[in-house]
Amino acid sequence: MNLQPAQQTFIEESRDLLRDMEAALLELEKSPGHGEAIDAVFRAAHTIKGSAGVFELDAIVELTHAMENVLVEVRAGRIEAGADLIALLLSCGDHVSALIDGVAAGAQGADPALAAAGRTLIDQLGAYAGAQVSSLPEPASVPEHQVHVEAPGGATVASDTWHISLRFGRDVLRHGLDPLATLRYLGTLGKIVSLTTLFDAMPQAAELDPESCYVGFEIDFSSLADKKTIEAAFDFLREDCIIRILPPHSRISDYIQFIRSMPEDAVRLGELLVASGVLTQYELSEGLKRQDSGAAPQQAGGAAPQQRIGEILVDQGVVQNEVVDAALEKQKVIKEKKAFESGFVRVRADKLDELINLVGELVIASSGVNLGARRAGLAELQESAATLERLVEEVRDGALSLRMVPIGETFNRFNRVARDLGRELGKNVELILSGTETELDKSMVERISDPLMHLVRNALDHGIEPAAERERRGKPARGRLWLNAYHESGSITIEVADDGRGLDRARIVQRAVERGLAAPGETLSDRDIYRLVMEAGFSTAEEVTSVSGRGVGMDVVKRNVEALRGMVSVDSTEGEGTTIAIRLPLTLAIIDGFAVGVGSAAYVVPLEMVVECMELSAEERAGVRESGYINLRGEVLPLLRLRDVFEAKREPGKRENIVVVQYAGQQAGFVVDALMGEFQTVIKPLGKLFERLSGISGSTILGTGEVALILDVQALVQRAIGSEGRNAARKTVEENLLERK
Amino acid sequence: MGKLVSRQQTQSGGAGRQGRRAHRRVAMQGRMTIYEAAEHKRALLEALGRSAELEIDLSEVSELDTAGIQLLALAKREAARAGKAVRLTAHSPATLEVIDLFSLGSFFGDPLVISRKP
Repeated sequence: MNLQPAQQTFIEESRDLLRDMEAALLELEKSPGHGEAIDAVFRAAHTIKGSAGVFELDAIVELTHAMENVLVEVRAGRIEAGADLIALLLSCGDHVSALIDGVAAGAQGADPALAAAGRTLIDQLGAYAGAQVSSLPEPASVPEHQVHVEAPGGATVASDTWHISLRFGRDVLRHGLDPLATLRYLGTLGKIVSLTTLFDAMPQAAELDPESCYVGFEIDFSSLADKKTIEAAFDFLREDCIIRILPPHSRISDYIQFIRSMPEDAVRLGELLVASGVLTQYELSEGLKRQDSGAAPQQAGGAAPQQRIGEILVDQGVVQNEVVDAALEKQKVIKEKKAFESGFVRVRADKLDELINLVGELVIASSGVNLGARRAGLAELQESAATLERLVEEVRDGALSLRMVPIGETFNRFNRVARDLGRELGKNVELILSGTETELDKSMVERISDPLMHLVRNALDHGIEPAAERERRGKPARGRLWLNAYHESGSITIEVADDGRGLDRARIVQRAVERGLAAPGETLSDRDIYRLVMEAGFSTAEEVTSVSGRGVGMDVVKRNVEALRGMVSVDSTEGEGTTIAIRLPLTLAIIDGFAVGVGSAAYVVPLEMVVECMELSAEERAGVRESGYINLRGEVLPLLRLRDVFEAKREPGKRENIVVVQYAGQQAGFVVDALMGEFQTVIKPLGKLFERLSGISGSTILGTGEVALILDVQALVQRAIGSEGRNAARKTVEENLLERK
Repeated sequence: MGKLVSRQQTQSGGAGRQGRRAHRRVAMQGRMTIYEAAEHKRALLEALGRSAELEIDLSEVSELDTAGIQLLALAKREAARAGKAVRLTAHSPATLEVIDLFSLGSFFGDPLVISRKP
């Protein structure tokens, strides 16, 4: 069987689970004793273990198994999930993650360093589990190794027999106990439907101690006796024996778990159970498959049989009511999770990309049809073309929304960063997430997480003061860091805010003057100052930290964001904190555009940035060309003549128009020759050659087959604002900035 | 288990007749329990070492326990590993009962008198 595709699924799902686990652990750290969080951690460890077993990833199985052992105790309230344990579990998660990375990279065999680290972790986990055993209050209570009561949740097997699994301790015979007697006694309680004796534990002939016991049994047992009575049959055997009893109609997953927990090979035991008729082949393979795929166990049996198990267990006092309640609660959660999961289909990202490419072509073709219909002047054809266009638009939106993912997942990753870095720096920082359900294109999510990481680290490192300093300033000792996201006119804004010391204006100015970026004595607006912070070279190495207290790699952040057609803005109040906002377009592929004509060429402005259009009357034209702005309902609107910007050669027509655009709260007007109207724009990236072309962010193909350039509104707006009535010194700064761009 | 053990000769058979020939037969006698296990282990392995096919006659076995059955399983396994054969023959009622209880009939693969189940 080719496991390759399955393994890929395993890798992806394990990573998801590890992320869940991490989130749950951090949750647990925040609110100790959080039952759901413990369950989530357990579930993740358990599922990974199960799946890893199938691929024979022993290192992962061992570690997750050890984790599980500790977590069982935590769940039962016998161990407290203190900070140390959580830290240990987090490192375990990291280790599993590293192992999975190894698998993903196709590493063969174990990396010795990794293996050693894993061993250490398992030992540490063992210490926890061990501590529990030794500190057990009364030995009379059911010790862990005796009878395992299986937790409910999942499909049940059809067979109506008890399944009893026995592995006898080595010293049983020496103590005068004979497994035979046990079998005989069992025979009096019911009927042994099938029995398999296992000698798998028997060592080499030379090492075999004839007085030791090496046998094990797998018994299918039909009986009306209750669990207590059946258990009592093994009362004398308890010491160092492995006894597992699965009641009739146990869940398949219990069997699977049981199979995994036994010392013998899983395949052998599985076959054995099938042979003995406890499990059907179907149940076994379904159960294994289900567990392998990491999905929650099937609920085919409905709640009734599971409750039955629960009731039996309670009646017999094997488990406390709370345990069953917790289990039922978990069942519910699993059920919900199942319902949630079944609403998803995993699709390869490249298939999706291909679809979106096709939709892009469809959009172009459709506008071609539309244009043709209009030219042909056939009403019927035009109507059909309009319908077609509307449908294509819907298909486009649908296709694009397929790639939209909530940003919460990315945000959650920073919980860990905040925690770890906070510890490292000795700062106690609370991370507050909001707007986590805000969606953006998957490819954006991937590319934005590095810049975000930078910002978060910056805020933690330089923004938030040490606790002592905070207290001196009358702030709460615990620093706060916000990650927020929201949609705003066709773009998404992601904010990283802290309540730290803020930017030190005076020193930034001083530094800018030193570097010749600003004239001495010049008054710089806040905006200019914040822009300086993000200049390449302005903020490098330690001097920056000492100058501004901020800005390590801010230019990198800016570059990354701009590569996504986005923009970074900084807002800061000294002593109170800093907010850095990243504004990004929602998608990189298709936008609604507004086409304008300048000279003989067509340009496209993203529609969501267009506020209004107006005619520039002949009498205004002369004045405008002089001043570079108009009075728009009492406000100054800076203008930019695209004709000048793109050096259009053809003589301007009689009329010119102004397109008022808005970007990040700033408005500007573009003076164009013609307004050509809305149209769906499939963004085609410009070649490398045009990468440094200012004012253009991409190209597209019009319905006529002509190429139109997409305007980089952000850059143009800034240019418009910059060119409007600024003084000479400001100009120097500005040009410096532009040059560096 | 109350009876005291009366040690009996457990290994006999036609060694003289068959010499170091491939086939060897040992007849187990009396009890095959934990008390005799050490001695039986040595004897069975020795017998197996000197033959290609070992027949273990169980007709005179009065009692068989887990230790005993373990030894028989060991002989069977070691034989299989060495490419030899071990056959159990002439099962006494005591041995039949135990083999039945342990469901080891097919494991040993010997012809058995099928016991009548109640």
